[in-house]
Amino acid sequence: MNRDVAESKASSTTLDARASELLSRGRKDLAITRIKEIVIYVALIACGFFSLLITVSIIGVLLTETLRFFRFDEVTLSNFLGSAEWTPLLGETKSFGIWGLISGTLLVTGIAMAFALPLGLVTAIYLSEYAPRKVRDLLKPILEVLAGIPTVVYGFFALMTITPFLQWLHGGFNVYNAMSAGLAVGILCFPTVCSLAEDALQSVPKSLRDGALGLGGTRFDATIKVILPAALSGIISAFLLAVARAIGETMIVALAAGSRPQATIDPRDEIQTMTGFMVQMAGGDVSNFGTEYFSMYAVAFTLFLITLSLTMLGNVVRRRYRETYE
Amino acid sequence: MTTKTLETKPKRIMNQVAPTPSAENDSTDALDSTQYAIEAEKLNGWYGDFQALHEISLKIPKNQVTAFIGPSGCGKSTLLRWFNRMNDTIFSARASGDLRLGDIDLLAPSTDVVDLRRRVGIVFQKANPFPKSIFENVAFGPRLHMQLNKSELSDLVEWSLRKAAVWKEVKDRLNAPALGLSGGQQQRLCIARAIATGPEVLLMDEPCSALDPASTLAIEDLMDELRDQYTIVIVTHNMQQASRCSDKTAFFFEGRVVEFDTTETIFTKPSSQKTEDYVRGRFG
Repeated sequence: MNRDVAESKASSTTLDARASELLSRGRKDLAITRIKEIVIYVALIACGFFSLLITVSIIGVLLTETLRFFRFDEVTLSNFLGSAEWTPLLGETKSFGIWGLISGTLLVTGIAMAFALPLGLVTAIYLSEYAPRKVRDLLKPILEVLAGIPTVVYGFFALMTITPFLQWLHGGFNVYNAMSAGLAVGILCFPTVCSLAEDALQSVPKSLRDGALGLGGTRFDATIKVILPAALSGIISAFLLAVARAIGETMIVALAAGSRPQATIDPRDEIQTMTGFMVQMAGGDVSNFGTEYFSMYAVAFTLFLITLSLTMLGNVVRRRYRETYE
Repeated sequence: MTTKTLETKPKRIMNQVAPTPSAENDSTDALDSTQYAIEAEKLNGWYGDFQALHEISLKIPKNQVTAFIGPSGCGKSTLLRWFNRMNDTIFSARASGDLRLGDIDLLAPSTDVVDLRRRVGIVFQKANPFPKSIFENVAFGPRLHMQLNKSELSDLVEWSLRKAAVWKEVKDRLNAPALGLSGGQQQRLCIARAIATGPEVLLMDEPCSALDPASTLAIEDLMDELRDQYTIVIVTHNMQQASRCSDKTAFFFEGRVVEFDTTETIFTKPSSQKTEDYVRGRFG
């Protein structure tokens, strides 16, 4: 008995010594950890500032080149903001009325959203609130595949499939038309709307569903009266993101919408969007660095302002309608 | 408006929906002719392959407070959620046996769960007010089930809030968001919301577990007030609460009812050793 105690005492003193040695080494390791922490911290700051730098330089280039555009004699701000005549390539009778391009963009975006928003929201409601788990597990990956198709594929799908179909339905459709491009952009945006709106619906706590059902509400009551209002901010964000995407979409409109800027609301007509014009310019239709070349930057800057204001609107809406559930 | 007039008026409104036995036909007579609100006979319940309820047989007396006690996972909440078919929202949940509310077969697929849940209200463990105004929360059920004009609706809302002992605190801010209320107020609001549909039975699933002692006391007083008009079933982990405010107590263990008797018997001279150990705090 005594020997056991003595033995354990002896071993505990050696263990104490060992532990204090290890602990003092641990303190040295702490210094290394601190240095590591500082290195990581600096690296993170650098990455943060790098993204800031990129943003600032892109905006800087856009702004200076846009100012250069407005310094040309043949360009006036009143023409740019006050006209719908966009004819930069017409030699002597050039006109730079941005509305000719904005109207094309709005027409395509309008058609796309009229297709994608209702369909996306209804599909999201189905997936989130009604679909059995098996159906959901099947449909969600399909939607993700749809979102992963390169937009150029949508572009020639519009040109080769949608347009002939539209022409078969109705003879008045031009080979290049706003409707075909708009529908393709709509198909492109549909998975975005659907998946973001579904996330918003899913983030509504189950307790609210149970609450509505527990009061004798049907599934439809619960969805329309409780879940949809609670998810509103997320759904509106999804909508705005889809709008921003449609406005910025390039390949589809470059391929299917045509290259004739005009202020029209007829979806059968050939039009040109802001992005479509930029592709045309940057793609090398003009080789001199004249007014028409720099007009590209003015268009890009306008487009940037439009998407920026949409993003800011999105933030305001999100803050305004945000619900806290707890 | 005085309390007196309100006490009678909304009741009349609700009678259109849940008529009193004298004015009603035989479908509710069957319920009223017995002294039990809910009767379970050899009820078994599963989540997937896991059997959560074994051969449950018990009768919930009308217009009394029945407490379900037992350690976590013993099936008491599961049973409660079968009483108004809230388990329908859980994909893998199923049950067999006999479960009745009066002459309604609660397990039949054909049972109208919408009407059932109006008659058997539920209050959840965590207060779950909708992200709407206080008024709209209480008006939610009535708007679903009744055709009321504006003044009838606001009378019914006031009556429900008074019944749930939260009127004084919210009467000046009925249009304020319900989520701005304290936890205890939110839970009483949820009780008001459940009452507003005119239920016969009120299920409470650990309604006080997230509340401070003062709010807990307020809700216990409230149950005492409500037992005249409602059959109340409360799941609780709080032994004092069960002994304070229930008439009968069922002790659950591992999916079975070990003992079901008057609360006094359960807490003073239970017949099962297991029950005694649990209520004395020796396990669970």
